[in-house]
Amino acid sequence: MEAIETLAQQEYKEGWVTDIEMETAPPGLNEDIVRFISAKKNEPGFLLEWRLKAYRHWLKMKEPNWQYMAYPPVDYQNIVYYAAPKNTPEFNSLDEVDPELLETYNKLGIPLEEQKMLAGVAVDAVFDSVSVHTTFKDKLAELGIIFCSFSEAAQEHPDLVEKYLGTVVPYRDNYFASLNSAVFSDGSFCYIPPGVRCPMELSTYFRINTAGTGQFERTLIIADEGSYVSYLEGCTAPMRDENQLHAAVVELVALKDAQIKYSTVQNWYPGNEEGKGGVYNFVTKRGICKGDNAKISWTQVETGSAITWKYPSVILQGDHSIGEFYSVALTRNKQVADTGTKMIHVGKDTRSTVVSKGISAGNGQNVYRGRIQVLKKADGAKNYTQCDSMLIGDRCGAHTFPYIDVGNNTASVEHEASTARISEDQLFYCKTRGISTEDAISMIINGFCKEVFQELPMEFAVEAKKLLGISLEGSVG
Amino acid sequence: MALLEIRNLRGGIKDLDIINGIDLTVNRGEVHAIMGPNGSGKSTLGKILAGHEEYAETGGTVRFHGKDLFELTPEERANEGMFLAFQYPVEIPGVSNAYFLRAALNERLKYRGESEMSAGAFRRLMNEKMKQVDMDPDLARRPVNEDFSGGEKKRNEIFHMAVLEPTLSILDETDSGLDIDAMRIVARGINQQRSADNAMIVITHYQRLLDYVVPDYVHVMYEGRIVKSGEKDLALQLEERGYEWIREEVEAAG
Repeated sequence: MEAIETLAQQEYKEGWVTDIEMETAPPGLNEDIVRFISAKKNEPGFLLEWRLKAYRHWLKMKEPNWQYMAYPPVDYQNIVYYAAPKNTPEFNSLDEVDPELLETYNKLGIPLEEQKMLAGVAVDAVFDSVSVHTTFKDKLAELGIIFCSFSEAAQEHPDLVEKYLGTVVPYRDNYFASLNSAVFSDGSFCYIPPGVRCPMELSTYFRINTAGTGQFERTLIIADEGSYVSYLEGCTAPMRDENQLHAAVVELVALKDAQIKYSTVQNWYPGNEEGKGGVYNFVTKRGICKGDNAKISWTQVETGSAITWKYPSVILQGDHSIGEFYSVALTRNKQVADTGTKMIHVGKDTRSTVVSKGISAGNGQNVYRGRIQVLKKADGAKNYTQCDSMLIGDRCGAHTFPYIDVGNNTASVEHEASTARISEDQLFYCKTRGISTEDAISMIINGFCKEVFQELPMEFAVEAKKLLGISLEGSVG
Repeated sequence: MALLEIRNLRGGIKDLDIINGIDLTVNRGEVHAIMGPNGSGKSTLGKILAGHEEYAETGGTVRFHGKDLFELTPEERANEGMFLAFQYPVEIPGVSNAYFLRAALNERLKYRGESEMSAGAFRRLMNEKMKQVDMDPDLARRPVNEDFSGGEKKRNEIFHMAVLEPTLSILDETDSGLDIDAMRIVARGINQQRSADNAMIVITHYQRLLDYVVPDYVHVMYEGRIVKSGEKDLALQLEERGYEWIREEVEAAG
């Protein structure tokens, strides 16, 4: 099983640092820092008030400890809450973007020049605390689609921001969401007008660069009645010995007949073999199907971070609305992933599907934690949950904590779970067909994750494949 | 040069020798049947030749195409043209049979320094081979062996063999668990692959497969050795008299 070990120890390829002049706030958190961030971004008054309320609330909260992991306490006074490249352009012109930054994104395979981009993907590139560039903005604007950095939205579309911000994840929601609400720096904002089908994938690429910086981005996506959008999120960070905190909030709002498909490939630095360094990824992601027949679908491939702690959830408020969660989480070395979803059935005939694939290698620990909640009035609600774990080697672990809460006796909730190992027989079978152990493992893992990968948009499926070091199923057969 | 040359081979699992000195020469164009009672070492021989990790040789030599077989990894042996059809084919969930086979075939082409086969060319090849072995096209789309019936699994092994065109196929009890109709179909598939360029070692308990796949030579294994070799009629004798007389003969000689 040597090849399995090798595969489990592949090096992190995005671990370099961009050398660029930065403007940073002094480390530490207080009201002045909150005001400083808000002022830096020329935010309207309501936003500063909201941040301060969140900050004051956060001060009264305790860091949660129910998760399946132990980590040294985070010193919140030792984190830099704002770091931005000097000379960040005013939202639009690529000419003004520092060439070092363009090079950074080129190196990550995300060229920001529109002609070099994958056709059909618009990108918002976020570097530490600010968005450095958003592509295809004008083209999208022709359709009435707003796709820009959160900072720009706060200035240009304050009414939309005020109307929806915090409606899905209130600033009191949880410790890290409150922290985020106080100090969030940037992120993406997206609004799709009624009846519009967004013609390209919208995507944000998050990069943490500066040492000792936390990244607290905030993303808000609103799909108005009858609209459709597919949104992609990717992330990486340099290799550093200290841990970095990433506490993001993503809010999705799908109105009547609208659909949001949100895909993530998360590859924050996972720490080294001994578990030194790496990103703490404490993220709150939630969507609401506000109107009837709305649909929200989360797909995530989680391969990075020292600790991942997130539960992309859907509140199924509209009747006949649909929530989906497809997840692949790979943990190796000493990584821990405590991830899953919450599906909250409020409306009638609401449906949810949960497919979770956990792969553990090395000393990795993988936890599925999910809650299916059917409220009293959710007649005919249906949920199907499938939770599969694969163990590679004998030092890793897989754990499942499903919570089911049914308050309506016409509901149907199904849960299936399985645990598998890559067997010697499977490897031998592949070898007798001329396929090497390493390729065989890739193929078997790929097969294991297939139901999730097929939910990913093409461009992302390629990225996911690269990340897991595996070859994707071809179109044959 | 013989295709496969086994000289005084010994080996087994861990410290236990199951094979106790086998000599066997297989030339291109030949079909060798290996028969023998349970536990005589037939399947172990197949696993040692194909390179199963849990089995090892402890003595003797095997040359395949003139190369020292034990210098080659299992996948190199496969890419050199060896093929093992499993007694219990293994399931690989989520990986389509077609994808799996194309990957295998491309490994082989790469190994030989040839360019990989396009998806279109592979599909054409696959369709042709599926017809040859009478395979339901649906089985190519489904994950490798997952939820296949016993007969479908065995037929799939022959389909793999047809696509990969090995020079030496070792068929490990391919007839076990098959009803007579399924066995006929499998046998027809095997016969389709027979040619002057390749060879087969057919491991079986029973004579009945050999009614359809007629061997050039029949060898009887007993306690890890080949104790008797002959032609087609030896299989018939075994069918009539069972393995008991072999045992008696060996013990009388021993």
